[in-house]
Amino acid sequence: MRARRLAVALTAAATLTLAACSSGGGDDDTDAGATGEASETSGGAEGTIRIGIKFDQPGLGFQDGDEYTGFDVDVARYVADALGYSEDQIEWVQSPSAQRENLLQTGGVDMIFATYSITDKRKEVVSFAGPYFVAGQDLLVAADDDSISGPEDLEGKNLCSVTGSTSAQRIKDEYAAGTNLLEQPGYAECVTALTAGSVDAVTTDDIILAGLAAVPANEGKVKVVGNPVSEENYGVGLPLDSDKCEAINEAITTMIEDGTWQELLDKNVGASGYEANADLNPPEPAACS
Amino acid sequence: MDDGYLEQFLSLFDQFDVLAAFWVNIQLTFYAGILALVLGTVLAMMRISPVPSLRWAGSTYVTLLRNTPLTIIVVFCVLGLWGQLGLVLSTDFQTNFFRLAVLGLSVYHAAFVCEALRSGVNTVPVGQAEAARAIGLGFWASARLVILPQAFRGAIAPLGNVLIALTKNSTVAAAGSVAEASGLMKTMIEFRPDVILLIFFTFAFGFVLIVVPLGLATTTLSRRLAVAR
Amino acid sequence: MSESVLFDAPGPRTRRRMVWVNVAATVVVVGIGAWVLSRLGAKGQLNPDLWTIFLTADPWVDYLLPGLVGTLRAAAIAIVTSAVFGLVFGLGRLSASRTVRAVSGAVVEFFRAVPVLLMMIFFWLGLSRLDLVEPRDLPLVAVVLGLTFYNGSVFAELVRSGVHNLPKGQREAALAVGLRRSQSLRLVEVPQALLAMLPAIASQLVVILKDTALGYIITYPELLDAARRLGSGQGNILQSLVVAALIFIVINYALTRLAGLLAGRVGLRTSGRAKAEPPSLVVATGTTPT
Repeated sequence: MRARRLAVALTAAATLTLAACSSGGGDDDTDAGATGEASETSGGAEGTIRIGIKFDQPGLGFQDGDEYTGFDVDVARYVADALGYSEDQIEWVQSPSAQRENLLQTGGVDMIFATYSITDKRKEVVSFAGPYFVAGQDLLVAADDDSISGPEDLEGKNLCSVTGSTSAQRIKDEYAAGTNLLEQPGYAECVTALTAGSVDAVTTDDIILAGLAAVPANEGKVKVVGNPVSEENYGVGLPLDSDKCEAINEAITTMIEDGTWQELLDKNVGASGYEANADLNPPEPAACS
Repeated sequence: MDDGYLEQFLSLFDQFDVLAAFWVNIQLTFYAGILALVLGTVLAMMRISPVPSLRWAGSTYVTLLRNTPLTIIVVFCVLGLWGQLGLVLSTDFQTNFFRLAVLGLSVYHAAFVCEALRSGVNTVPVGQAEAARAIGLGFWASARLVILPQAFRGAIAPLGNVLIALTKNSTVAAAGSVAEASGLMKTMIEFRPDVILLIFFTFAFGFVLIVVPLGLATTTLSRRLAVAR
Repeated sequence: MSESVLFDAPGPRTRRRMVWVNVAATVVVVGIGAWVLSRLGAKGQLNPDLWTIFLTADPWVDYLLPGLVGTLRAAAIAIVTSAVFGLVFGLGRLSASRTVRAVSGAVVEFFRAVPVLLMMIFFWLGLSRLDLVEPRDLPLVAVVLGLTFYNGSVFAELVRSGVHNLPKGQREAALAVGLRRSQSLRLVEVPQALLAMLPAIASQLVVILKDTALGYIITYPELLDAARRLGSGQGNILQSLVVAALIFIVINYALTRLAGLLAGRVGLRTSGRAKAEPPSLVVATGTTPT
């Protein structure tokens, strides 16, 4: 008897979950459609805009409880404001490096501010506004370490980068083949290994390193070497058919001219003592294609 | 399109050494399997031993390790043991991480080996232990000569399951700076997202090819070695 | 454990010896602990600031609790979907049709053999190209799918072996009272098999919960990911990981205990264990499939 009741209950539960699943799926779809439409009315103050940022890079794009902080985030806020979207109309979407093109192509986001370098290969599938910043691959070392002034000095030393990153490979290939490479899931792990003295340097774009160095707990313990070996033009990622490029470039130009750009940079990564490469910064937005 | 598609996919294998990546997983499994078996046996002995503190230590170990995600354990081995405590298992940088990953996989799976062996001990009839005691064997002797040999034979199936789990879990070593199959798959998909299905099934079938024979061997062995009662 | 037949109750001399061995072992363990602590201290990892932050509300409200919610959400959904998957394919493996049996068998064996991490990465990267799910939900969907296919297959196996382990009389009786084979399965055998398998299912929940932690590799905001973000913001990643591990241990330990309790209770309500088990030397174990 009991067994039978249980069977009925189980069947009922299974049916319910099935129903819940399918209706859940349906909701998702209609949801996506609705927001998609809303965001197409760009320029107006109607609807929301979905902006892709990093969630795990302090100083650039970082999710701090309910808040989003960082240089990329602040620039995105400024640009969105210029496009007519107020703060509460912005929907922040996490955009890890591997997903950025996909997110733009599928309409998952309307624009991306996520340390997104403009490259020819990427231009084939997405379009870019900006650049709004020129970064360069650099090294983060212990504050009292003067033995490393550039990638050539890494021969025989331990270098940390994130798994699958091309920047560490570049150092091995072009500068110091004898570099020992530690790959970690994130830069925070790398910095922990650096402050413990287990690795001698961490490599990626200088402004990302500066963001890490500006974290209160790391302040004074690490420094950015300041010898960038590449030129990364951070652009605003847009879908290929976007019509926002001109407006965004205008907003970026204004932001640079009225001093907000410098202000935001100082606010977010200034504590690290890092200064943007003045030869290339602030950049002039390239013409929209 | 069809022709070029397949050709392009095959050309991926010139660029990426898939077999070498799988070989890393097999090696991880092999070394971690042996270490986990040794450590797990010691733990199982501790848990059935006459000494209360040993039993306590054994069960605490199992409780702690079994309930921690493997990912955290592997990251700990790298950031904690090597990063903070300066534990170096090999002077070669990459080998060091390989061994740290083996260590992380072993301590985690040892807890499961211990549980598997305990279930094996449970299949040994009480009469065996009583007989062993009756002819004057102490704990050590009766465990070593009577109980454990039968327990191992009774625990082949659960031990096989642990080995299979270990094989698959060797992919988590990616979190510990070891270049293995799952990491390579991610890189390949990011490099050629258009052939994602083929890439995934290549790797998935790679694991099926390793795991299914293991499963079959386990079943055969557990039947052949089962103690007739 | 106390009535173990493997050894005598220790006499006075053995007890004395045990005390000494225990003292020695404690000294060794404490020594290792002290060495570890001193090394950590030398590296500045024992700096109270890195730890006391966990006594304040902020890291909990901003990171750990939302992360825990993420972990529990993924686990809860995955448990339900795995149960459905497991029932469907478990019944499929018991089907009268040879084709259905073969297909279900192949599906179950395939997904049991593929690492969960591999599946998560595949769904995460693959689904993002198809535009089927909200990008915001994508990591969750990928985590749940990965967990479902693997754990659902394990559940399917549990259903199947549970039914196979029932005494033959159950089915014979069901058929004798005029039930069809499918009715016998649905009304008599599977419910009892599920009850008998409940402890194993509960242990599998621990596996699901732990495996959600793989989700951080595909940016699903679960507990481990939250701990890492907290650590990168505060510069105390090691400490954050310790706290996350402790949370996992507490929850999973509670689940394991629950599985043990269930094992004790359900034995009375099903004929699934009617086959007399060999008398055990030690207290029964809840063996967990990894």
